[in-house]
Amino acid sequence: MTTTSSDSAATAVSVRGLRRVFPVRGRPDVVALDGIDLDVAPGEFVSLIGPSGCGKSTLMRLVADLDDPTTGTIAVFGKTPRRARLDHDFGVAFQQSALLPWRTVSRNIALPLELAKVDSGEVKRRIGELLDMVGLSQFGDHYPDQLSGGMQQRVAIARSLAERPKLLLMDEPFGALDEMTRERMQTELARIAGESGAAVILVTHSIPEAAFLSDRVVVMSPRPGRIVDVVDVGLGDQKERTEDLREASGFFEAVKRIREALHGVEGAAPKAAEQR
Amino acid sequence: MTRGRRLHPALSGVLGILVLVLLWEGYKLIGPEKGWLVGKTRVLPRASDLAMPHVSTMISRLFEPTVGASTPPLWQTVLKAAIKSLGIAGVGWAVGTIIGLTLAMLMQRFVTARSAILPWVVLSQTVPLIAIAPLVRRWGAQLHLGSLQWHDWMSVSFIASYLAFFPVAIGALRGLASPAAAHTDLMRVYGASNWQVLRSLRFPAAVPYLLPALRLGAASAVIGTVVAEVSIGLRGGIGRMIIEYAQAASADPAKPWAPIGAAVLIGLVAASVVGLLGWCLRDYQRGENNA
Ligand SMILES: Nc1ncnc2c1ncn2[C@@H]1O[C@H](COP(=O)(O)OP(=O)(O)OP(=O)(O)O)[C@@H](O)[C@H]1O
Ligand SMILES: [Mg+2]
Repeated sequence: MTTTSSDSAATAVSVRGLRRVFPVRGRPDVVALDGIDLDVAPGEFVSLIGPSGCGKSTLMRLVADLDDPTTGTIAVFGKTPRRARLDHDFGVAFQQSALLPWRTVSRNIALPLELAKVDSGEVKRRIGELLDMVGLSQFGDHYPDQLSGGMQQRVAIARSLAERPKLLLMDEPFGALDEMTRERMQTELARIAGESGAAVILVTHSIPEAAFLSDRVVVMSPRPGRIVDVVDVGLGDQKERTEDLREASGFFEAVKRIREALHGVEGAAPKAAEQR
Repeated sequence: MTRGRRLHPALSGVLGILVLVLLWEGYKLIGPEKGWLVGKTRVLPRASDLAMPHVSTMISRLFEPTVGASTPPLWQTVLKAAIKSLGIAGVGWAVGTIIGLTLAMLMQRFVTARSAILPWVVLSQTVPLIAIAPLVRRWGAQLHLGSLQWHDWMSVSFIASYLAFFPVAIGALRGLASPAAAHTDLMRVYGASNWQVLRSLRFPAAVPYLLPALRLGAASAVIGTVVAEVSIGLRGGIGRMIIEYAQAASADPAKPWAPIGAAVLIGLVAASVVGLLGWCLRDYQRGENNA
């Protein structure tokens, strides 16, 4: 799957030699990411997994043009991240749902469309579709403080899909949810990703979550954050990822492989700590 | 949002007035007629009818003519003055609010503006009001802006706005800077312009900070108006009336209490206006989570 072709427009995201160093006053600089090469194909679902502090969020922020690399390049659909951001090529959903508390669910979902000055008739139609998609048709007029955490997160996902982006960047979107809600949300995300055909980069700490959703799982090492392994999961088409999959032997096999890859990393962690 | 229901504001207002009346009459009942002196210092006021007329006397005085038999009843004269002062304070409050918001927007947007303006904003409030009031009047009189003529009431409004802009500027600055990084990041991802960020995020987020600031600004504007009316010598407002009636108090002890009550009333009206504003903006005071 990893394409090395120079035609980066054919990839959703293409990262080359990426390095991000944070200067810290009075102490040695923090190398958050080093030597990251990564390609994500259109429609592909890629998870990032790794110990806390290994730079997953930093990588997401770089792709989303919320931060600038120290060295290296990022192309999003063959453009600079800035161009892609201004073209509304991607949507984001992060751990905090970051809903605006003074807006109703509908108006929160409409926010990206309003900012892009989409005409109001179209906005209305799109809100209806999105509410249906995330199963919140009854809750359009509710305010965020009237929703459960899981529902808030679904609103955030609906908002990220508002402009039909071809790329979704998700940083632990289900981190704050209980296990049951989380599994239901994963199933829904698999369906939504399948329906929208968007490529997804998902940061997660959950091995089963990564196994269930991903085409590929990128395993990262602790500081300096590097890619140490890429596990091809390939449990089939997104649309076939239903609850049954959680019982399938292929799923357990994938969980085992990701765990092994990750444990190889964790084993290396004390050594990395000594080197500091 | 507080879930526990508090007393209705109107009810607690009535209750407050009732307590005040009870204290007043209670003190008149038990307090010494000549007050209480320790050495030469009076520690308790005189409870005589001259110093502390009965509440009933004050109320009935309202319905007697202002000075002579042919003059309108006192309440009408006082109300007219109160409305004038309220208008002046209102203009001052509005102008002060606009200036405060503008300064806050500038300071929020540009770091250099912030370090240039903020110290002056704070310093401005250390200038004593009594000192600047006559100066403002003098400067105003020399001002010629086309056909605009500077009136004394404008000097009073100016001083009211001078006091009102401060809490608004400080409150708005804090409010505009209050959105979390997650929210500003979101606006950036969606390519929002500066103006869109201000309108869709910063202003709504500032409302909970702005409302107390506006309330404080309104109170400052009222106090500033009353004091400036006295110190500039503007006729027709409640400030001058308090002084004039107080000078005639020995002959008519209940009379000065009418404009004092009216000043309190102006403050209540100002507070209610802000309260109404808060009610209109109640959606902007919602919390983010239900937990
Ligand atoms: N703005 C910053 N300034 C300084 N250091 C930073 C900054 N942002 C991140 N870092 C450092 O970079 C490293 C990677 O942080 P990052 O948030 O990307 O980790 P993460 O993999 O997302 O961790 P987690 O799984 O806990 O969310 C950390 O050591 C962190 O301290
Ligand atoms: Mg993180």
